[in-house]
Amino acid sequence: MSLLSINGLSVKFKQRHEDLVALHNVSLSLERGERLAIVGESGAGKSLLGYAIVNLLMKPGFIAEGSIKLDDRELTRLSSKQWQEIRGKKIAMIFQDPMVTLNPVLSVGDQMVEAIRSHTRINYNDAKKLAIEKLAHVRIAAPAQRFDQYPHELSGGMRQRVIIAIALLLAPEIIIADEPTTALDVTIQAEILQLLKQICADNGVALILITHDFGVVSRIAERTLVMYAGRIVEQGPTLEIINDPQHPYTQGLLNALPQMALPGQRLNQIQGNMPPLNDQPRGCAFHPRCPYAEDKCRIQPPDFIFSGVSTVACYAIEDMLQAFEPLSEEDADD
Amino acid sequence: MLSFIGRRLLQAMFVLLIISFVSFMIQDKMGDPVRQMVGLSVTLEQREALQQELGLNDPMLIQYGRFLGRAIQGDLGTSYYYKEPTIDVIASRLPATLELSFAALVLVVLLAIPLGVFAAIHPKNILSRAVLLFSTLGLSVPIFIVAVFLMYFFAIEWGLLPSFGRGETTSVFGLWQSGLFNRDGLQHLLLPSLSLAFVLTPIFIRLIRAEMMDVLQSDYIRYAWAKGISAPRIYFIHALKNTMLPVITVGGIQLGTLVAYTILTESIFQWPGMGLLFMDAVTRVDVPLISTYLIFVGVIFVVTNTLVDVVYSLVNPRVRIPGYS
Repeated sequence: MSLLSINGLSVKFKQRHEDLVALHNVSLSLERGERLAIVGESGAGKSLLGYAIVNLLMKPGFIAEGSIKLDDRELTRLSSKQWQEIRGKKIAMIFQDPMVTLNPVLSVGDQMVEAIRSHTRINYNDAKKLAIEKLAHVRIAAPAQRFDQYPHELSGGMRQRVIIAIALLLAPEIIIADEPTTALDVTIQAEILQLLKQICADNGVALILITHDFGVVSRIAERTLVMYAGRIVEQGPTLEIINDPQHPYTQGLLNALPQMALPGQRLNQIQGNMPPLNDQPRGCAFHPRCPYAEDKCRIQPPDFIFSGVSTVACYAIEDMLQAFEPLSEEDADD
Repeated sequence: MLSFIGRRLLQAMFVLLIISFVSFMIQDKMGDPVRQMVGLSVTLEQREALQQELGLNDPMLIQYGRFLGRAIQGDLGTSYYYKEPTIDVIASRLPATLELSFAALVLVVLLAIPLGVFAAIHPKNILSRAVLLFSTLGLSVPIFIVAVFLMYFFAIEWGLLPSFGRGETTSVFGLWQSGLFNRDGLQHLLLPSLSLAFVLTPIFIRLIRAEMMDVLQSDYIRYAWAKGISAPRIYFIHALKNTMLPVITVGGIQLGTLVAYTILTESIFQWPGMGLLFMDAVTRVDVPLISTYLIFVGVIFVVTNTLVDVVYSLVNPRVRIPGYS
């Protein structure tokens, strides 16, 4: 049984006439201690998926269909009181920009102790001890002094460490990190990623890493899931997806990495833009930008198939596999 | 902290210097003091001799210096009407005004914070809309109408509350005549402070609501939800503390409005405070009293704004006063 399993999840935005669909029929599973990356362009719905898991969608967003199960417990029907018990305790979150994530008028210590005391009966001094211990754990120097400081007195990297420490306070089962290094200095990025990876590995915490950066993915995640226009288009082991991307969108993304272009050449890019929510193409959502698009791509969205490398939703892959199938049958006849 | 207070004192002194100059100009230019003193039945020569004797023919700056010298010694002139030092006259009226303003302020805080927070958390609730409507009403109706209405219903129609004066007062340490410690004084306080609160609360409700709605959209509030913090703690600790920052600043500025409204309220309810005194002084052209009142209000402004800065720095750690922590 998976730690977290999401089935047929749809997220919509309430509108006066017809609700806009932001996540289409998303299914995924996460094992205990597994590190999963969710990759895609801005607006692909990756952050939305992260927020949907902890039921923190901003209005007018809401979960329209599907189920989210944590340890076989259905989450979508929980009361707000029950949600409060899950957030922070079972599923912790790390936000994108550490400069605006911590409350500016409360000290680091206050924000840590309140997180502990919201979930466990423990006196202030013990909570403080635990908080300082976790600050030391994320390698913050002089943790006892940091405890009394305010967010503005810490650097961005330091704040993100504090946020990671807060995520660890209650020994959660899952940490959802939404672009945890995007707002940081490049030199700090690697440190924070390494810390995150190690901490998850040491404590057996499962990690969902939301990012648009394949460089980040390759360093951290065992499994990768590629999203486009609110849909999952490909998922599989990270190394294999990077070495042999199947879906034309994944290929495009990887090809767009700066190191893929030759020196002096223009950087590669995927032509066109992601479709807006109120103007989604019929059929495969990627077909207007896809170099391999055929007629059937414009009519009916493809189903998931296993390509031998990853699970992917694309007719081109389907056709290719079918082309091989008769051959293998003939082989079998011989 | 000390250097902060020192700097504030310097600023305050500068502000007071300007106010004293304006106040001096009023004394100097409003009416003819010689005529006030001796009337019309004096010859021109005598008049000029008196002018010379009083130093009224000296250059303005020298006269101002003399005025300042006396002011520093606590002598701001003698009231024409009361024949007493103006400072004493105003000091005897100060408790009434301070108590009225304080009571109004307490009412404003008690009303504006819960209503503003509620309207921000539940913007679509029918009660929030009612609060907003009420606040528009409060903003657009002038205080003398509110006061007269309150007086009409509570004092005249229903006979529940007294309509004028301060009622019974008790002496506190022989220095302060207070109406806060007996039933009659409190009853007298209710209508005037309610009128003041009625016109001052709406702007704070609106401000708190708008600011809080903004704060509730911020990342750190979303993060607080993600930590599994309880809703009351998120609203009243995480959000309200941030909401109050601009509210404190505006509160300090609104002090001017409070002073202006206090003058009106005191006149309507015949509340024996500084505002009523000022109105009377204006009608009697009691120039020394008018200018002393101005200086007094200036002092109150400077003191309160300094307090506001200190409170602000206590709420917002990012403006911690250097050397204080």
